[in-house]
Amino acid sequence: MIINIARKELKSVFSSPMGWIILSLLMFGFGFMYLDGVNNYFQIMSGSIRPAERVGVTIFVGQTVYGAANFLMTVATPLLTMRLISEERRNQTLPFLFSAPITLTEIVLGKFLGLVLFLAILIIYIFVMLSTLNIWADIDFGYLLGNSFGLMLLVASFSSLGIYFSSLTNQPIIAAILTFIALFAMGVLSNYFASDPSHWFNYVSLTKHYQAFTRGVIDSSDVVYFILFIATFLTLTIRRLDSDRLSG
Amino acid sequence: MATHTLEAIDLSRLFGANHAVKNVSFHLNKGEVLGFLGPNGAGKSTTMRMLTGNLAPTEGAIRICGVDIIDKPKEAKGNIGYLPEMRPLYKEFTVDEFLTIAARFHKVDSRKIRKSVEAAKDKCGLGHMSKRLIENLSNGYQQRVGIAQAIIHEPEIVILDEPTVGLDPIQIREIRKLIKDIGKKHSVILSTHILPEVEMVCDRVQIIDKGSLVFHGSIDDLKQQRKGNKLLVGLSKPPSIKEISLIDGVTLVEKVEHGMFRIHFKGTYIPAEEIVTISIKKGWGLFHVAPDITSLEDIFVQLTQLTSK
Repeated sequence: MIINIARKELKSVFSSPMGWIILSLLMFGFGFMYLDGVNNYFQIMSGSIRPAERVGVTIFVGQTVYGAANFLMTVATPLLTMRLISEERRNQTLPFLFSAPITLTEIVLGKFLGLVLFLAILIIYIFVMLSTLNIWADIDFGYLLGNSFGLMLLVASFSSLGIYFSSLTNQPIIAAILTFIALFAMGVLSNYFASDPSHWFNYVSLTKHYQAFTRGVIDSSDVVYFILFIATFLTLTIRRLDSDRLSG
Repeated sequence: MATHTLEAIDLSRLFGANHAVKNVSFHLNKGEVLGFLGPNGAGKSTTMRMLTGNLAPTEGAIRICGVDIIDKPKEAKGNIGYLPEMRPLYKEFTVDEFLTIAARFHKVDSRKIRKSVEAAKDKCGLGHMSKRLIENLSNGYQQRVGIAQAIIHEPEIVILDEPTVGLDPIQIREIRKLIKDIGKKHSVILSTHILPEVEMVCDRVQIIDKGSLVFHGSIDDLKQQRKGNKLLVGLSKPPSIKEISLIDGVTLVEKVEHGMFRIHFKGTYIPAEEIVTISIKKGWGLFHVAPDITSLEDIFVQLTQLTSK
């Protein structure tokens, strides 16, 4: 049943221009960063840097692309999550789901899965794009896989937060703005507290936990953090929908 | 009890301190169309939302084919098809796509989905609209898609909330015919505030007002709610009212406009013949004799005003 709802969501994204526009713009963005990364690599690494400080092409280009991905996804995810529940609320289509033999958990998980699958297209795209470097160089696939996995968890977390905000309002645009502000504030605060590694905020910051992945390291504590983050907001969303049923 | 497909037991729903629905109990028999009547804001939609699991009742229980909707919502909801007042259509999809999704969500066997989509389209006269976007369909056709969505999984109970609102007279007739057809195989609950609709479509009626049931029974029972027997008599050379009231059994004579009189009688016997003989003998110029049937509207007003006193 979760799969069926995810299929409906995917179909829905692709039947509006929104899905295609976001997909194409992001692909353009990543392609551009990739090209820029490759160009810069040759310029910067061509001699002026001491051999000890030189980095491989995977890390150099990877950092450029995945660094941009973090920011681009902060902007793109709210635009994708905003319509998930609030649009159903506005169009009064929620009774269609509520009166079908589906539980609220299945509805929320299905919607979440649908969106994550959509975003996975981009992550696979980035992975394939960076893998093309292998034609000219011997690249570090572990680094790419670590980054892809981290980015996947990051955008899934963004999505769960977005779905929650989407369930709060019947105005998609408000949901988008709230999600963006929340994600952006998280990013800014992480930067602010980055100088003090012992600060408590580092424990709850998405960016901080994402950093290990950008080095290609998969740390189980970070993985658990992301899973908890996702579970928290999905649970809140389910609670929110349930309260609709209880309080009317 | 097996014949009851749906049972509502002492349903109550509070919104804040306000009773939207109060101690409503009723049941639905297999293969009947139950009309759910009431003025705006009487609690029709609230009751329907509770029956379909969209709203939790404050008190009371609902059993769908013997399954409690609060204990086993998944099982119970599988037997319901619901069309809310605001039809829940994903307008970005075509009719076929939408109905396929509806079939999947209602757990129709994946091999039978195509067949049930075709069957539902057939019943609702949507065959030639398969590839059209729902957004581009007219109001009446969108309503049909709404109904098709509710019957796609062949549920025991179909619940339709004001299905004919906002349609033109021809579409209304078609939708009513469709509802009657559905009523042959499924049990239907139909809410409306249009009285002739109930008379045409429903086997049984219940009237709700201010959250409480004020009447339930068959259409004929409803008509018998009229108080006393009346004849409408037209006389071109009318005598005085007093003279008419002298006729045997007459309890009250009211003068209506244009020489028409409404004559009330005691009991069930209507002495039409006597009136005719007397008026011919006395030359009152009789031109009209007909039973004065209280319209459903009047009964409705009577019943709903009874509770407000």
